[in-house]
Amino acid sequence: MSEQLDIKELEQVVVRFSGDSGDGMQLAGNIFSTVSATVGNSISTFPDYPADIRAPQGSLTGVSGFQVHIGASKVYTPGDLCDVLVAMNAAAFKTQLRYAKPNATIIIDTDSFTKKDLEKAEFKTDDYIAEMGVDPDRVIACPLTTMVKDALLAPPSGAVGGASVDLKTALKCRNMFALGLVCWLFSRDLDVAFNFLREKFAKKPAIAEANIKVIQAGYDYGHNTHSAAMNVYRIESREKKPGRYMDITGNKATAYGFIAAAEKAGLQLYLGSYPITPATDVLHELSKHKSLGVKTVQCEDEISGCASAVGASFAGALAVTSTSGPGICLKSEAMNLAVIMELPLVVLDVQRGGPATGLPTKSEQTDLLQVLFGRNGESPMPVMAALSPTDCFDAAYEASKMALEHMTPVVLLTDAFIANGSGAFKLPKLEEYPAINPPYVPEELRGTWTPYMRAENGTRYWAVPGREGFTHILGGLEKDNKTGAISTNPENHDLMTRLRAEKIARIQVPDLDVEGDKDDADLLIVGFGSTYGHLHAAMDELRAAGQKVALAQFKYLNPLPANTAEVLKRYPKVVVAEQNMGQLAAYLRMKVDNFVPAQFNQVKGQPFVVTELVEAFKQLF
Amino acid sequence: MESKDYKKGQPRWCPGCGDHFFLASLHKALAEIGVAPKDIAVISGIGCSSRLPHYMATYGMNTIHGRAAAIATGAKVTNPNLDVWQVSGDGDGLAIGGNHFIHANRRNIDLNMILLNNRIYGLTKGQYSPTSPRGFVSKSSPYGTVEDPFRPAELCFGARGHFFARAVATDAPGTIEVLKAAHDHKGASVCEILQNCVIFNNGTHDSVYDKEGRKKNAIYVRHGEKLVFGENNEFGLVQQGFGLKVVEIGKDGYTLDDILVHDAHCEDNTLQLKLALMGDGDGFPIALGVIRDVPAPTYDEAVTAQIAEVSATKKYHNFAELLETNDIWEVRE
Repeated sequence: MSEQLDIKELEQVVVRFSGDSGDGMQLAGNIFSTVSATVGNSISTFPDYPADIRAPQGSLTGVSGFQVHIGASKVYTPGDLCDVLVAMNAAAFKTQLRYAKPNATIIIDTDSFTKKDLEKAEFKTDDYIAEMGVDPDRVIACPLTTMVKDALLAPPSGAVGGASVDLKTALKCRNMFALGLVCWLFSRDLDVAFNFLREKFAKKPAIAEANIKVIQAGYDYGHNTHSAAMNVYRIESREKKPGRYMDITGNKATAYGFIAAAEKAGLQLYLGSYPITPATDVLHELSKHKSLGVKTVQCEDEISGCASAVGASFAGALAVTSTSGPGICLKSEAMNLAVIMELPLVVLDVQRGGPATGLPTKSEQTDLLQVLFGRNGESPMPVMAALSPTDCFDAAYEASKMALEHMTPVVLLTDAFIANGSGAFKLPKLEEYPAINPPYVPEELRGTWTPYMRAENGTRYWAVPGREGFTHILGGLEKDNKTGAISTNPENHDLMTRLRAEKIARIQVPDLDVEGDKDDADLLIVGFGSTYGHLHAAMDELRAAGQKVALAQFKYLNPLPANTAEVLKRYPKVVVAEQNMGQLAAYLRMKVDNFVPAQFNQVKGQPFVVTELVEAFKQLF
Repeated sequence: MESKDYKKGQPRWCPGCGDHFFLASLHKALAEIGVAPKDIAVISGIGCSSRLPHYMATYGMNTIHGRAAAIATGAKVTNPNLDVWQVSGDGDGLAIGGNHFIHANRRNIDLNMILLNNRIYGLTKGQYSPTSPRGFVSKSSPYGTVEDPFRPAELCFGARGHFFARAVATDAPGTIEVLKAAHDHKGASVCEILQNCVIFNNGTHDSVYDKEGRKKNAIYVRHGEKLVFGENNEFGLVQQGFGLKVVEIGKDGYTLDDILVHDAHCEDNTLQLKLALMGDGDGFPIALGVIRDVPAPTYDEAVTAQIAEVSATKKYHNFAELLETNDIWEVRE
């Protein structure tokens, strides 16, 4: 076998690891993305979980996937279809092939394609490769389980010590063999993977060493057995941004943003929450960090999650409640209480498929109008939407700052896609983030202060219980603008309604940024929140094909950026693309006179597919 | 401190409403307890009685229907030094707020939970409540209700509550006594206050609403004291089989020695529950006073303790240190 391998350069590659829920596909994917990010590749990942916790082993419904997109230049999405599909069993091969490109390389564990496995996966013949219509030359079919057992359980020979693990542990290392093979295929340096595992299993060195041994075995197997038939690739790093990084999911980044904001504001962080997919990881994450003083209460229901946060806010905390769409339905009452009491509160809505219980593990942008308008009375509330997994950090920080400085509940929208997806996160430096200054009532107002006195920007002052001289009562009933007493006076209610609305309308948000052919685009693509990556990738493809295209992605939805109307009217054609039936389009038409955009709407519970976007947008020229 | 230090504004309840009596007792009790108004938060839901915070010179919130216990939970967890009083009526606390009521008790968060029970929705003008007796005729039950009511003590005990006391709103000394005991108890302290609604449910607690009635129809229970009642304490409670029995002391061979001694501190709530459920037209007197008062770890203290405990073992104590706990890689030039 030649050591002089033919290594081809690739611009980008998408790898999808798939297997049973318990096969450790996420860990394999995470290590592969970390190894790639370490050499400066851009990364984006997305897990695709089944709804069942542990579906029967080998069954079609029990397959979970983890997709990793790496690129020499910036990658914006986890990729549409994969170049390499790892299928750890027959069910994965069957269900995941639809996510693979026609010429994709497919790695399968032939040990998991026994007659029984094929039956479970509902194959009709023994020739499963032909049955799926796959070119056998594209398949790396290896007895992966056997080789893992050989690597770990064979009696130690000569000077090499055995890893000394039992069969059960050995079988758990199967994912690492696949990872080793993929690392060989893309010429990855294994040292980073080894360090990752040694760190992860610091308390179980035997497990770490077993995993390492299996990665090496997978790598060597590829090198020794398939070098003749397969190409090996390399992805250079063209846009290296030096710095220290970690891999972070959107939910974790969101939790970190709240922690950072609380520390910056000098406040205790309180989370009132109730378990709900796909938001629960925020509760999990924050519950860990007691050494930062974070207080989390797993409440009896969504209602009390929000209500207790309102109480925490009254008592002087940075108060957060986290949920998904169905939870917003229940929280809207207490959110409204925070509106009328003018107390700071961040409401995190990790959107999922609806209505009702809908598609709990899938992603949509269908809560926009609910959070903007879904409450009784005139109930103005700022709304933001994070753009990517890593942007969740900044978005959570900004939402917290906005809530605290403007004494208002703020909704932060993310969704299952960015909440579970991950990207390389450059470690932020808190000292570089803007200060957070809540409008505490000035000492000189003692004696004359009433609860609805306002600072110059229209914000009510904050008097936290425990402070001498500022006792007061807030509540859900309309209050007199001057005295703070309950009032049903018609003029006063009209005035208070306007004051609450103006306070929100006056919040300064950054201008809407236009990317791409901002000066001469024939088509402006408009979206909000988590679709940023896909829309950006679609714009890039259209521009590469010679079209004049620009993208404006909304992060701030209420209040809208000051230049919104100007941007939307600057271009001959505008398409609003969103994962709902047209909620942003409807909202923008309400806010901008004579604005009639084209629409691209998809509600499949899955991220957009860039090629579909490109095809649809092409029709608009 | 004097009761005027806790007093604010002019209550707007109907003349004769039980809320007036309770409010006056609360002012007096707080003065005797002596916590500064700045360190007190009075948090109510919605309903006639939930107007109460507006008449307090403390911090407070008159929030939304049913959620007072949940909101109070967040305030207390955030600042355990706050003396938090949660005030609800029977509709607010046990119907729409029933879930929060039981979970506040289960968690044993240090809230003083006042349940002003007039067995009616007053503010919405007279519908039956979850404490209205079966067959109760109201605007929403013109032919009588066909459902059984909650008995608040049963609900509290079922939720593993550690404190339950009862007083009649017009009985100032009795009310003040239970309020002070509720404050002293660390954990969720439920005080059921029996009170009249002069407009929609007049006379609902008539049997014990005045002093004369209480002499005949109520028993004041005090920890460590004999369970005796009557105008001259001529009656007492004894245990018989699985239940209680009213006996006349000196009759049928019963002496004072046979009479049960009240044990509010007993972990087992069996007899306390029997006391709490007496007086439902069953020939027993209605128990007033502190029926159950058992020490137990409180939620807010446990949260604080866990933070201290975990902080001592973890190596990161600020955001920058938190970042370093992750798998980090460096991209070099």
